Amino acid sequence: MALYLLRRVAVFIVSTAVAAVAVFAFMAVLPGDPAAIALGVNATPEAVAAKRAEFGTDRPLAVQFLAWVSGLPTGDFGLSYVSGDRIGPQIADRLGVTLWLVLFGMLIATVVAVPLGAAAAVRHRSVTGLILSGLSQVGVAIPAFLAGILLVFLFAVTWQVLPSGGYTPLAEDPVAWFQQLLLPALSLGLVQGAVLSRYVRSAVLDVLREDFIRTARAKGMGLYRALWRHGSRNAAIPVVTVLGLQLATLLVGAVVVERVFTLPGLGSLLLDGVANRDLLLVQDTVMVLVVAVLAINFLVDALYVVLDPRLRDLSPRGAR
Amino acid sequence: MSAPAARRRVRRLNASMVVGGALVGLVVLAALVSFVWTPHDPVHVDPAHRLAPAFGGDYLLGTDKFGRDVLSRLMVGARTTLYVGIVAVGIAAVLGTPLGMLAGMVGGWSGELVMRANDLLFAFPALLLAIMLGAVFGASALTAMVAIGVATIPAFARVARGQTLSVMHTDYVLAARSAGRSRLAIALRHVLPNIASILIVQASVSFAIAILAEAALSFLGFGTRPPTPSWGRMLQESQELLFSTPRLAFWPGLAIALAVLGFNLLGDGLRDWLDPKLREGR
Amino acid sequence: MSVLTGSVLTVDALRIDAGAIPLVRDVSFAIGPGERVGLIGESGSGKSLTALSLLGLLPEGVRASGSARLDGVPGDLVGADERELSKVRGKRVSMVFQEPMTALNPVMRVGDQVAEVMLLHRTQPSRARALAAAVDLLDRVRLPEPKATARAYPHQLSGGQRQRVMLAIALANDPALLICDEPTTALDVTVQAQMLELIVELTAERDSALLFITHDLAVVATVCERVLVMYGGRVVESGDVYEVFTAPRHPYTDGLLAASDLSAVDERGRLRTIPGVVPGGGEFPDGCVFRNRCPRATDQCVQTPGWTGTPERGFACWHPVGGGQ
Repeated sequence: MALYLLRRVAVFIVSTAVAAVAVFAFMAVLPGDPAAIALGVNATPEAVAAKRAEFGTDRPLAVQFLAWVSGLPTGDFGLSYVSGDRIGPQIADRLGVTLWLVLFGMLIATVVAVPLGAAAAVRHRSVTGLILSGLSQVGVAIPAFLAGILLVFLFAVTWQVLPSGGYTPLAEDPVAWFQQLLLPALSLGLVQGAVLSRYVRSAVLDVLREDFIRTARAKGMGLYRALWRHGSRNAAIPVVTVLGLQLATLLVGAVVVERVFTLPGLGSLLLDGVANRDLLLVQDTVMVLVVAVLAINFLVDALYVVLDPRLRDLSPRGAR
Repeated sequence: MSAPAARRRVRRLNASMVVGGALVGLVVLAALVSFVWTPHDPVHVDPAHRLAPAFGGDYLLGTDKFGRDVLSRLMVGARTTLYVGIVAVGIAAVLGTPLGMLAGMVGGWSGELVMRANDLLFAFPALLLAIMLGAVFGASALTAMVAIGVATIPAFARVARGQTLSVMHTDYVLAARSAGRSRLAIALRHVLPNIASILIVQASVSFAIAILAEAALSFLGFGTRPPTPSWGRMLQESQELLFSTPRLAFWPGLAIALAVLGFNLLGDGLRDWLDPKLREGR
Repeated sequence: MSVLTGSVLTVDALRIDAGAIPLVRDVSFAIGPGERVGLIGESGSGKSLTALSLLGLLPEGVRASGSARLDGVPGDLVGADERELSKVRGKRVSMVFQEPMTALNPVMRVGDQVAEVMLLHRTQPSRARALAAAVDLLDRVRLPEPKATARAYPHQLSGGQRQRVMLAIALANDPALLICDEPTTALDVTVQAQMLELIVELTAERDSALLFITHDLAVVATVCERVLVMYGGRVVESGDVYEVFTAPRHPYTDGLLAASDLSAVDERGRLRTIPGVVPGGGEFPDGCVFRNRCPRATDQCVQTPGWTGTPERGFACWHPVGGGQ
């Protein structure tokens, strides 16, 4: 078990390091000098050189990389090329909004997907099952931003019960915070819920065919009780994998949904950065998102150990 | 004793395939027809006919805020969608398949390395790649296609590797290996034909994902550049008029949903049709 | 066949269908208290389906009709609703399945899985007591270090050990009837004999009747007192194990015995086999189900042969092997 976790940690660390190199190298390809861009077309060569020194872009790439990377763990993300502000606090500030959105979205997705998927599996031979499967197919086909537009149209335009956008911090006004987060989270969550429900369905279908469910029923358990007591944890193993992937998808999907609802999250920060050609900001934001995705993958791997005792000891057979 | 195979099914067209095929066919047809004919010029700005209503007069689905015909733009948008999808899935299939086959055939640490790199690429979703590419090279349909394509490589590599592993253990491949056939010959003669069907299924599913990604990117302004019509961009342009003219969001939204539904259903249907054993599996 | 009085299980005119496909036809038999009955036949003969129908665990789309009554259970097992069956399963009748590797829940400790069956039917008052009883049972099925084993997960046990756990679960509530469906087929030969011994010993201790399903004649000979031979979804011969095996009447039984006799060879010096293969479900011929593989078949065999003899000892064949009784 320790060995398994150790390997996962190693994979996470190496992946993060390689990702950092990739992101940095990618942004370094840029045909254009941040210093020149920052000063505009009329800048003197001396001014540009001075600006380069200020940004640190006159140093060799390797030095620049090490300087950048070594700052990341401490939250030192450097200074914005455009505003000159520290990037770290900005990211921290925006990350909160995105995390709430993703968390909410995931919660909605799970609450929607688990009962729907399980019902579709248990009733897979009936009309109910067919309708549920069809519903999830349609849900999968709707992109989150379209769902967002639809929800805005219904709740904000037609019925006028919820705001169409904006953000109020939780500490300021919890009610407004919740109202403003609800539609974005729903648009992410409903769509991901449809995707997830398909995986839940197939996981439950697999479990239904398992011999140990038959054993449980032979013991005198009803089908639903057997499914819940013996099936849920077994079905959770494949579903958790998908959930991890989905969290990553949600994180990126949040970029688009934040734009629909004008939420000041990490996604809008990234898009603003691109619009302003604030390249270090883009580089930092991308890195944060990628590390978040890798961290999620790591957590999923770690969660397997909790769910599946077979992974806990790598030498099978030997009863303790 | 096995449970009786109730009605052994022959390869019969299934409902998913028929519905999916029809939807995909509709998109392809709209795109093809748009080459030779559209009701109006899709990019012609006509202030005199701004926001003409649907189902009345000259414009079947009405016009947008610039007086451009929505139906014509949808038809040309289908072209954009298919174009981006084909290039993106093409890139992913051409690069991902050999990588996956390599990992499946060679094994050892080099195969492991390929799959680890693959896992790492998974951490860069299409949207993120496209935004990075857009930031560096300026956003266009090309950067969107490349980003979606590269981000889809891992999906193909995984499927190709999994299938290759199982094909490598079949008797005929073992026989070919013991007969001293070269790896390349085995890959081309035995492995590729045997993994082709699952790759076709993957292509269909990836196409659906590519359409979603293209729409999202165009919506954000990181995809197809104006004035070329694109469903995602049409949605984005419609958003400010959502209060007054919701139908402008409705039509491209419907087009995206139907196209994605079509490719997903087609993929599911093909999976069942090509290999009944994979039924219910996902 | 008539219904025996005082029997634990009485099956009468059982029939099982998958949609329009007949799988089991007109199966009737009875098992007395503590009696050990073997149900033999090749795969596809309907023996496992017969067993599953007694527990109401038939696969989806497969239905049973007819009657099966268990002593001490008011209703009929066939067609009973899930609630009624749940009370019976694991308490009055329990089952050990063929595949021990997959029959246990991989993410649950073995002891909990044994204790569960007692808690379900409230034969132990508390979780602690049930767990203690589970450890006792694990000891009774001769698992080493029962306390440690109770805390183990299934993957930490061997196939033979897992099958012992299954047996412990099945016997936990002292059932009136234990059904074993090829319980040793998946096990190594060396552990098979121990397992069989254990089954006989523990059922005898509880006076549980045993319905033992297998395709292995040698196993039936060691374990059972009486045997039912199934082919094509029908019982073709039944009787005392010794009688049936020494003087078979149905040509199918005869063929099975000849095929399992490793010392007998045919005129060309090869081991004997039954010609042809078992047809798929629903593809057996009309009339006598065995006639397309039977060396003795005649035109008469297009008629379904009736039962000759008593319910305890008899056969269904127009042209039986052997002569006067």
